[in-house]
This record gives sequence, C-alpha cells and structure tokens, in this order.
Amino acid sequence: MEEILAMKGITKVYPNGIVANKDVDFSVRKGEIHAIMGENGAGKSTLMKILFGMEQPEEGEIYYKGEKVILHSPNTAINYGIGMVHQHFMLVPSLTVAENMVLGVEPKKSSVLFDFEKAVQMTEEVSQKYNLAIDPKAIVEDLAVGKKQKLEILKALLRGAEVLILDEPTAVLTPQETKELFEELINLKNQGFTIIFISHKLKEIKQITDRLTILRNGRSMGIHETKAISEQEISRLMVGRDVVLKVDKQPATPGDVVIETKGLSYHDATGKPVVNQMSFRVRKGEIMGIAGVEGNGQGELVELITGLKKPSVGDIFIGGVPVKDLTVKEIRNLKTSHIPEDRMVYGVAAEGTIGENLISDRFDHPKYNGKLLQKVKSLISRSEELIKDYKVKCDGHTQQVNMLSGGNIQKVVVAREFSSDPKLIVADQPTRGIDVGSTEFIRRKLVELRDEGTAVLLVSADLNEVLELSDSLMVMYGGEIAAYFEDASQVDEMELGMYMLGLKTMEQHEMGGATGE
Amino acid sequence: MGSLFDIIFSANFGYAVLRVTTPILFASLGALISIKAGVVNISMEGTMLTAALAGVAISAYTGSAFGGLVGAVVVGMLLGLLLAYFALNLKTDIILAAIAINLMASGGTVFGLFVISGDRGISSSLASKVLPRIQIPILHQIPVLGPVFSNHNVLTYVAFISVALVYILLYKTPLGLRIRAVGENAHAADSVGISVKKTQYIALIMSGAFAGFGGAFMSMGYVSWFSTNMIAGRGFIALAAEALGMGRPFGVLLTSLLFGSADALANALQAFRIPSEFVQMVPYVVTIIGLVVYAQRKHSAAQKVRQEDRA
Repeated sequence: MEEILAMKGITKVYPNGIVANKDVDFSVRKGEIHAIMGENGAGKSTLMKILFGMEQPEEGEIYYKGEKVILHSPNTAINYGIGMVHQHFMLVPSLTVAENMVLGVEPKKSSVLFDFEKAVQMTEEVSQKYNLAIDPKAIVEDLAVGKKQKLEILKALLRGAEVLILDEPTAVLTPQETKELFEELINLKNQGFTIIFISHKLKEIKQITDRLTILRNGRSMGIHETKAISEQEISRLMVGRDVVLKVDKQPATPGDVVIETKGLSYHDATGKPVVNQMSFRVRKGEIMGIAGVEGNGQGELVELITGLKKPSVGDIFIGGVPVKDLTVKEIRNLKTSHIPEDRMVYGVAAEGTIGENLISDRFDHPKYNGKLLQKVKSLISRSEELIKDYKVKCDGHTQQVNMLSGGNIQKVVVAREFSSDPKLIVADQPTRGIDVGSTEFIRRKLVELRDEGTAVLLVSADLNEVLELSDSLMVMYGGEIAAYFEDASQVDEMELGMYMLGLKTMEQHEMGGATGE
Repeated sequence: MGSLFDIIFSANFGYAVLRVTTPILFASLGALISIKAGVVNISMEGTMLTAALAGVAISAYTGSAFGGLVGAVVVGMLLGLLLAYFALNLKTDIILAAIAINLMASGGTVFGLFVISGDRGISSSLASKVLPRIQIPILHQIPVLGPVFSNHNVLTYVAFISVALVYILLYKTPLGLRIRAVGENAHAADSVGISVKKTQYIALIMSGAFAGFGGAFMSMGYVSWFSTNMIAGRGFIALAAEALGMGRPFGVLLTSLLFGSADALANALQAFRIPSEFVQMVPYVVTIIGLVVYAQRKHSAAQKVRQEDRA
C-alpha cells in the first residue's frame, strides 16, 4: 500500500519550554487504520494538532500524497483532505444536524439566504453514501453521544476528508456504541479511507488497527504492525516498564455501613428528576462501583453526597449522621473525601502552587494554623512528604499546578484526598485521561485504603476500571439504579452494557436486600 | 385618576408608545445580535449618545437630514468596531471596554457639543435637520389606526421593519447561522474554518449600527436637538428588553414595547400633579420589575414541576 501521509523530523516546543514532540517520524498508508498510542503528555495530541494545522512545528516536514505541504490552519488541512474528530465534540448544540453539517460551507438560495432544504439533502446524501444513518433535522443536543460522534465523522466526510483523525473516540462510548463505531470505521477503511486512531486502550487497538505508532516523552518509539506486537510489548514501549494491568486485590471484608441513601432524588432546574429514588449503602472496607453511560445522574449523585448539591427528596447518612443539610465542609469533617470528576475546576486551584493545593482542605487545622499566621514550616514539610509519597513529578511544592501533566495534577488531588484519613472516598472518574503509570498508582492506593477499612464509592466511565476495582457494583440509568451486583467479579461485560443502555432493568427483588430497603 | 385611563386608551397614547419604543427597539436589536455572537455589547447607551450628537452635528454641517443619519450610523459602527478591537484584538474584558465607551461618550459628547456649538447643554444653536415623518396613504384615513400607526418618523418604521430583518438575518442566512454558532460554541465554528473573530467583529459593528439608528432617532426625530445625557438609560433598558425577549427578535419586540409603554406612561403622567422626579422613575422601575418577574418565572416554572413530582 502506498504512503498517503508522512511527517518527518517533527519537533514542537511550546512557548513555556515544554518539548511536546522531538524529532518524530510518522507515516500512514492509504486505507489503513493506524493507532497513535502513548501516555498523557507523550505528545500524541500535539502531533495530531500539527497534522490538522492547529499548531505549527518548529522543525520538520509534512508530506501529503508525496508532496510537501505546509498546514497553516485547520482550513488548509481540510482542503487537503485531512479531517479530525475531536475528543470534545465541535458541535453547536441548539442547531440541527444538517446545520452543523454545513457550518462554514453553507448552501445558499437566491444568493443571500441559507438553504436549509439543501443542507438536509446534502446530509442525507453523505449519510447514505457511507452508511452512517442520522436524522438531518434532529437537534444536536437531543442526540446520544454515539450519534454526535457519527455527525462529526460525517462533517469531515462532507468536507472531502480522505484521512480521518479520531481523538480517543471510544472514551465516551458504551460497549455497544463502540462496536458500532468499529464496524463503521472498518467500512470506511474498505472504501479507501485512511484512519488515524488515538487511544489508550490496548484491547481496542489490537482489535481494530493495522499498524500503530507509540510515542513516549515526545519521541516516537517506532511504527509497528499491530499483529506482530504483544500487549505487553506495547505497554513496555509506552511507559518503559511492564505495567501490571490487573489490580491485585484480596476479597473484601465489608464491615458496618458507612454511607446510606434513602429515596434520594434530585431535580434539575427544569424539574426533571436527574437522580431518582436511589437507595443504596456502602460498607466499611468495600469498593462499590457505579457503572453507567455518562449523564445518567452519576455526576449529580456524587455532588449530592459531597454536599455540592442539595437533594430534592430523600436522605443521605454518612456514619449514621444525616448530611442533607450539612455544608461541604461539615461533610468533609465527617471524614469524607472527594475526587471530583473535573480536576481542573473542582480538584485544584490551577493557578495555585502544589503546596497550596495539597493543604487546601486543612489549612485551617490548628496543626497548620497559628492564632494569627500560618505555620509555614509544618505546611511545607507536609507538602513535601505528600509529594514524595504520591510520587508527584514536579520541581517542588512551589510549582504551579497547571504546569503539571494531567496525571500529576490528579496525583495532587489524590494525595490531598487520601491523606486525610478518610472513612468514605467518593471517587468520580479518578483516572480519566491520565497516563497508565498514574492510573495504576491511584487504583492501587484505592485498594490499599479499602483494605484499611475505608468505604469507596467509585464512579467511572471506564468499564474495565469499574469491573477491576469494585467489590460490589451498581448500574445507573436515567438517574435510577438499573442493576445491583453484590459480587462485581460475577458480572459479564455485555450484560452490563444492556443495563447501561437501559435495555434491561433489574426488578427490586433481583437486586436483593443490599440496596438498603 | 379617571382621566389617566382616558389618556392611556387614546390614540395619542398609542402613537406615543410606538414613538418612544423606537430607540429602545433599535438598541435591543443591536444588543441581540451582539449577544447571539457571544460578545455582549453593553455600550449601547454611550454609542447612541455619541451617534445622536454626530447626527445633529453632521446634519447641521451638511444641511441634510439624511447625511446626519448616515453620519450617526457610521459613528455607531465605528464605536462597535472600537469595542471589537479592544475586546477581540487587545483582549480586554468586553464589559470593561464597553463601560469605558459609555463613560467616554457621556463626557466626550459634552466636550464635542461645546467645541461645535459653544454650548454645554443643548445644541439648539445648531441648524440641525430632522428626519421626515411619513404618512401612510390609506391607513392615514382610518380612524384610530391612522392616528396610531401613521405619520411616524421614518426611523420608527425602520425600527419595526428591522425586527423582521434581524429575524431573517439570524435565522435565514449563512451569516446568521455563523453568528449563532460562534456565540454558542466558538470552538465548533473555529474547527470548520469559520473565523470567530471576523464574525464577532461583524456582529459588534452591526450592533453599533443599530445603536447609531437609535441615536439618530433621538436627536433628529424624537426631538430636534442634542442635549447632554439625552439617551437617559435607554441603552441599558434595551439590554433588559433583550434579556426578557428570550433572545428572539419578536420577543425583543414585545418587551421593547412594554418598556416603551412605561416610557410613554411616564410622559403622560407628567400632565398630572405628580412630582416629575417620581414620574421619571417609572420606566426604570418597570425595567426592574420586568427583570424580577422574568427571574421569578424561570424559578417558579422549575419549582412547579418539582412539586408535581413530589406529589
């Protein structure tokens, strides 16, 4: 197969001095699915941004169909036939599918007006041609995530893309949606399209790609035939050591109930129940996982428990204390820790130093706070201790948090939350978007704390994580408990998918007495 | 107070409502376009004030009312451009930049007026022109409707026609689609090659143009002179009208009419023995009540559903 695209000696240094790519060679053959793998901060996104014209490299050349090209902007890339499906969808929610499709290349009638009918027709044509069914008149905000992604792919195809870059496309999908996406990608591949697929997930990459490029610390670790390389070899190349993907853990020995909810409900501003009549409990020394497609009330449930939102109906008890009317601080004082979903908004003060962030939950503790001034020395020594214990890679406690990589920022959050001797940890997507090394570290810590008797409520979109870590497992769908498994190790992934998509719901008696009723 | 009702239900009052709604409507349409593009223009007040002076000065200088109108609109557009340059190129906070324009206008117009006419308060020494009124042929003869709808200043008709034009612009043209896309998700627009900056420049310049029309109406239609601070908060009332209008051109029309009615009522009440300071409060009080009702309704709609759920 001929080479459609090649990048040679790409070096990219960001203004803040971070070398994102160093002398990277990369090439793709026409009609293949090519994976780009690497830990967070390995330079995958930067390399793809360069390829899509969003960033300019300091050094290096890009060849497209044998010709040297300079990609000034996404527009240039699109004109050459390079399209990108971003991880965060580039869609306008209030507009229709057809309007999103033609944005920027709007068809006109009588030379001034927007021709909506034509837009619908164009959408239908592309949709039929590539067998990606979508309703052109649907409003984008009503679409499921999988459909939005489909729309993004169609947008690129409409603009004449021959090379499609997909940035972690499966991160937001259910197992069923992922399967559908893979079928569509293979279908596109058979029609001659070239697909570049960015992912962390080894299993998927083995399943769908022809070749793969591994990046580590901004350098390429070579291009490999997917069939010829083992999963262990890939992870060794990615992190430079063999990552244990299985979490070693002993069976749980649950004790007393730590958190219990009764008929917990939350209604959003429009009055819709986002969390509906949830009753469950988590015991000491137990990890209860919550699986579910994002946006089925998990985020709100976490906010209710941690006091960021107040329940509309129902009660929450932590260690027997009703917490419904308590402040966030009072709930934290009940030894509740919270790893928030969005670390940059709720997890850290990005402009603050690592030290400041590490003590932000306990700066007023007498140990660190004198009558008038803070006890700087004990603050510093505690920060340094935590940085060491949690292996935060940084220049010291005075470094700004937003200078760190995602994985290290999350380690700062985790260090703070895990070091306060918690009785309950509410972990919302604790390893989202971070590198394998940090992920493994955080997962191991969670299991350690469980063994020490902490109750853990784990919300994660990563099914493997939920299945691997959880002792018991709950599935949320539409704000309700769709299923409960006393023993998470007995759960089948495909069956779980059925509950997650709402295709199946357990009856009350199937869930057993364990949900607190 | 019986005679108050006589006043309100008279054709004169209806005529007055349309007349005083005109500047508010212009400004709120301008604000609407800017907000749709995600760049709120709160300098409508200062822009209208500056445009009002520009209209008077240029019409006096050229001897042409039309020339004054064009001048006012161009000045409005230039101020929109200035705001865009500050906010989009120099990356200043758009609210602060707009406040600066408002302050600059309130002082600058007094200075400008003094330089041009030697007066500090009013431009009556300038031979400025007034934009024509239009009698609508058949409608003019019809009782009640005629006195209400006919014989308005040309800009009053332009304002009401603009509602439909803005609707077509925002919802039926590629530019409108782009404006809405940019305002809602600039990254999405950017990723398909739409220049966010250019689109926002266009929106701010258009909002300035509408403020220019509003300003021209004030000094060359509503009255025939410029006086200091003559916009008297209409540019801010327009922002409230935009918010209450739910971001839709026809919603904005209705809320502008509401505030226009309050304004007209204040004018009518001046005939009674009520302290004029109190009467002049009416439009602003209505603005505040309007905003409270708006917020309350959003709140109670949510609460109602919540209670139904509980039952």
